[in-house]
Amino acid sequence: MATITKQEMLALSGDEAIAYAVKQSDVDVIAAYPITPQTIIVERISDYVNNGEMDTEFVCTESEHSAITACLTAAAMGVRTFTSSGSAGLALMHEILYVTSGCRVPVVMAIVNRALSAPLNIHCDHTDSMVERDACWIQIYVENSQEAYDSIIQAFQIAEDPSILLPAMVMLDGFILSHTLENICVLSNEVVQKFVGTRQIPLVRNHEGKLVPFKLDPENPITMGPVSLPNFYLEQKRQQEEAIQESTQIIKKVHNKFAEISGRRYGNGLIESYHLEDADIAIICIGSTAGTVKTVVDQLRARGTKAGLLRIRTYRPFPTQDVIKALGNVKAIAVMDRSHSFGSQGGPIFHEIRHTLYEVPERPYITNYIYGLGGRDMPPSLLYEIYEDLEKILKIKRVENPVRFLGLRE
Amino acid sequence: MVTLNDLKTIGQPNWCPGCGNFPIWHALKSAIVETNLEPHNVVIFSGIGCSSKMPHWINTYGFHSIHGRPLPVATGARLANNNLTVIAVGGDGDGYGIGIGHFIHAMRRNINITYIVTNNQVYGLTTGQTSPTSDKGFATKSTPTGVIEMPINPIALAVTTGSTYISRGFSKEMKHLTKLIVEGVKHEGFALIDVLQPCVTFNRKNTYEWFSERVYKLEETDHDVTDKQAAFQKSLEFNNRIPIGLFYKETKPTYEDELPQIKDIPLIKHRIEDIDIRALMDEFV
Repeated sequence: MATITKQEMLALSGDEAIAYAVKQSDVDVIAAYPITPQTIIVERISDYVNNGEMDTEFVCTESEHSAITACLTAAAMGVRTFTSSGSAGLALMHEILYVTSGCRVPVVMAIVNRALSAPLNIHCDHTDSMVERDACWIQIYVENSQEAYDSIIQAFQIAEDPSILLPAMVMLDGFILSHTLENICVLSNEVVQKFVGTRQIPLVRNHEGKLVPFKLDPENPITMGPVSLPNFYLEQKRQQEEAIQESTQIIKKVHNKFAEISGRRYGNGLIESYHLEDADIAIICIGSTAGTVKTVVDQLRARGTKAGLLRIRTYRPFPTQDVIKALGNVKAIAVMDRSHSFGSQGGPIFHEIRHTLYEVPERPYITNYIYGLGGRDMPPSLLYEIYEDLEKILKIKRVENPVRFLGLRE
Repeated sequence: MVTLNDLKTIGQPNWCPGCGNFPIWHALKSAIVETNLEPHNVVIFSGIGCSSKMPHWINTYGFHSIHGRPLPVATGARLANNNLTVIAVGGDGDGYGIGIGHFIHAMRRNINITYIVTNNQVYGLTTGQTSPTSDKGFATKSTPTGVIEMPINPIALAVTTGSTYISRGFSKEMKHLTKLIVEGVKHEGFALIDVLQPCVTFNRKNTYEWFSERVYKLEETDHDVTDKQAAFQKSLEFNNRIPIGLFYKETKPTYEDELPQIKDIPLIKHRIEDIDIRALMDEFV
């Protein structure tokens, strides 16, 4: 059993916390492009490389499409890679995200969540990464910058696990976390380097039936991402599904292992429950809003209202069984989505939760709030309104308006 | 008659004081006045970047597109209504980086668009990273030890890709730049106006002074603008001497000329209400 190691407290923005974690994680290749809205994640990293604090090849590419492609191919050679993006930049990577997961290449990426054009907007919402939910990337949404630091370190261990071999993205809220200062506890370089270790390359059978390392190596040639026609494509996609389902166990395992050295836990690594045990009414959300909800829950509890919160940390893989178990006896639920699936009923988290609860014998009342698009502020007053709505639903025993845009001027 | 006053907008540019975009903005407006283009017949397209905010501050039609994509959007507009004067504006990061594929294809297509590239050799809006035209060795936030790649040479690229109007202006030479834009707008076909645009905040190397010591006007030499080889030779000069002005010009059919559908009237004026397609459907379905 490892013991909690001594840590240093630094005042860092969310961007800087991520750059710091990457610096300590022994990354070999970083490729990036400073698209608008850009962050200073890779700027800090380029400073570290320049100052000799990282032994890393840093490549400035000509677009996000090229940045993710460079990471994909470098990682296919067997090295550890990292990039970061958000908004239009992530949208431009879209094509290669599928190639990365399809090639089973464990690239790690930080996404600073921002709105997509049009209209032009550089502020926080989750549309950019929700668009990519089906790309077979592990998606971890963090609540604060401390968790951003911790999650990046964990992400390398998760993605590179030989039983998973899938890329992972860690999401933090644009501006709210990326550009604000927070006191961050950082582990020592030695402890982090020992935790992430060197990338493990599993053995696979090549075209001659020989066991060779799963990487592009002229000594032991293999092919990655070849043409796969109708006779094989379906099976390969099924293998991806098995791997991402399996990753729930690995995410929990890595999260526990990290908790042992850092003393920090985020629920069970997949979800975080806050006063849910005896809650009648609960909010479900992701990202930094959870922090505000916790404050509101505390105040409601002080008044005797049985309010709770469920924060989803890994949206992919979606922790179905954990969610069902955590919601237990909750009678009315409000799902908060910081993105919207236009033309459907509600946002993507709402879809997922309502779908999940279909299996439950006694389904709770469930309602959806689309909020904070394009960086609209999410003050506690609006959260009180949500809990009041839930109390009203319990009273009248029906959901009158399942999908609402919170704080909308009409 | 169109006046500068007609082109005024409510908002004012928020570029840094001394930004090389101010003279380009003024030159573009002066060129619209000089060619007497009615504002409602002009559309200015842009990408993302400091200079891409240009359409906000000129009272014509405008379209602020996304990173590196002003040319495809402008192409669509030209094809829908080839009576419009279509101008595209963007920076070096926009046009020579993320959008360079569109730049090459627009030139070989010879579509009738005037493309102004405000080339400051650095990413300004994102606060000072290397751009595709940064000089080798130029130190930026993303390249603290200096850029290790060779810069794009947009003029040489234009010569070899078949652009039919190739020029370079300089922010400090506003009247000269205005003339280049006027000629570019009048030119039938793709017109490139690459502009040396000092970024006073993030590029402390390629400054007004640095350029002033080096630039000279091609018009004041015996350069022959119809000689492609001479244009290529001149395009390679970017050291102690930097030529500005018209490098090359030729007359060739435009992309629009090759489309019989829009020869007589633009696409948007085509009447489709009284077309009976039933005979066609019967033949093929």
